[in-house]
This record gives sequence, structure tokens and C-alpha cells, in this order.
Amino acid sequence: MTKKRRNTKVDQQIDENLRRVYSEAAQEPVPDRFTQLLEQLREQEQSKQADADGKPE
Amino acid sequence: MTQSKDPKDELIEHLPAMRAFALSLARNPATADDLVQDTVVKAWSNLDKFQDGTNLRAWLFTILRNTYYSMHRKRKREVEDPEGAMTEGLSEKPHHDGRLALNDFRDAFAQLPTEQREALVLVGAEGFSYEDAAEMCGCAIGTIKSRTNRARKRLAELMHLDDEDDLELTDPATLAVVTGQPTA
Repeated sequence: MTKKRRNTKVDQQIDENLRRVYSEAAQEPVPDRFTQLLEQLREQEQSKQADADGKPE
Repeated sequence: MTQSKDPKDELIEHLPAMRAFALSLARNPATADDLVQDTVVKAWSNLDKFQDGTNLRAWLFTILRNTYYSMHRKRKREVEDPEGAMTEGLSEKPHHDGRLALNDFRDAFAQLPTEQREALVLVGAEGFSYEDAAEMCGCAIGTIKSRTNRARKRLAELMHLDDEDDLELTDPATLAVVTGQPTA
């Protein structure tokens, strides 16, 4: 019969590891492709806006 | 008068977290970044549907995970880790070296089913409530709870973290002391 309760210390260890691995990934610098993508999206939107307004930005 | 931040400006702040979440789903860094790219494009064009003042990260994560699962319905099987970093055996006891232990964790984590990885990251790493996580995943709160429980249980098994609780002692001399019987 397996244990009904998992050791809290074990859970803490798991959460510590989980958060460390996750934050390592989250602390990586964002690759250029994403900042460039956002720039592109903005530009597309601005040019659409200019067309819609019928006058220059 | 305070102005709520334009979600378009706020998006970039969530990119690191989105990449981390995507990686936990896709496991493959290249696929993960492609997934984030698709998510950003979708989110941008659907921002009119986003309710200002609600949780932007939750909204972005929901798009991301929906995109991931629909990507996978198209593929017949899950992409194996091409770098082979996750196939090392976990039969050894955990090392005391922090670095190696962290890699053991990554390896073990990668072996969990996707839904369990997802639930554990949302609740355990990102700190979403069970309720929010359930809404993002389109399932019951109880489902999220059981997924996180199963994930933790499996991780503990794979990393041999709960062996201290077992009375399976490997050393005969120690066993003799504990049972009060002389060694054979």
C-alpha cells in the first residue's frame, strides 16, 4: 500500500527545483526575433491606421 | 488620472515568462520559440477581445497553451527531444551537487505527461490559483489538483526523493541495528 501523504519536505524540494528551472528559463534575454516581431506588428498597424485616416502620420 | 497600460506595450514584459511556459510544454527550445511567435501574432490581432484590467499574462498563456495543443493534434506524435539531453537514466540517487540535481529535475520533469507539466508550472512556478489554472486549461479545479499531485508524486519517484521514508535500507549492518537482529 503506498503512502497516503507525501513528505512535505519532498514537495518543498520539488517546488524549489521547479521554480529554479523555470526562473532560469524566464531570465534568459529575449531573442531579437521577438522584439523585431513586435516592431513589425506595430508598423503594420500604424500603416493601416494611416491608410484608414487617409492622411500621413 | 491614472491610465491603464496599453496591453500592446505590456506584451513585451510577458515574453520571458511566455518562453519559459512554452518550453515546459514543448520541451524543445526551437519549437517553444516558434510557439511564442505564433502566440504573439494571435494575441496582437485579438487584443480587441482582451478585457482591460484583467490578467494579461493569464490571457496570453491561455492562447499559448491552446495553440500548443492544436499544433499537436496536427502532429501524430510528440516531438522527441532532438538534443538527447533528456534521455539520461535516473536510476542513480540524487547528487548533492546543485547543478546535477537541477538537470536531474529537468530530465524527470520532461518525462511527465504534458497536462501534468502544464498544471505544475501554472500553479507551482507561475503561482496561478487552482481556479485560474483550471479556467486557462478549460477543466475542473479538481482536475488541476489531481494533475499537480500526480506530477509531484511522479517527480518524487523519478528523483528518488521519497526514499528516506522507506524502510528499504541498503546497508545490511544498518538493517541489523534497526531490526535488532544480528547480520547473517
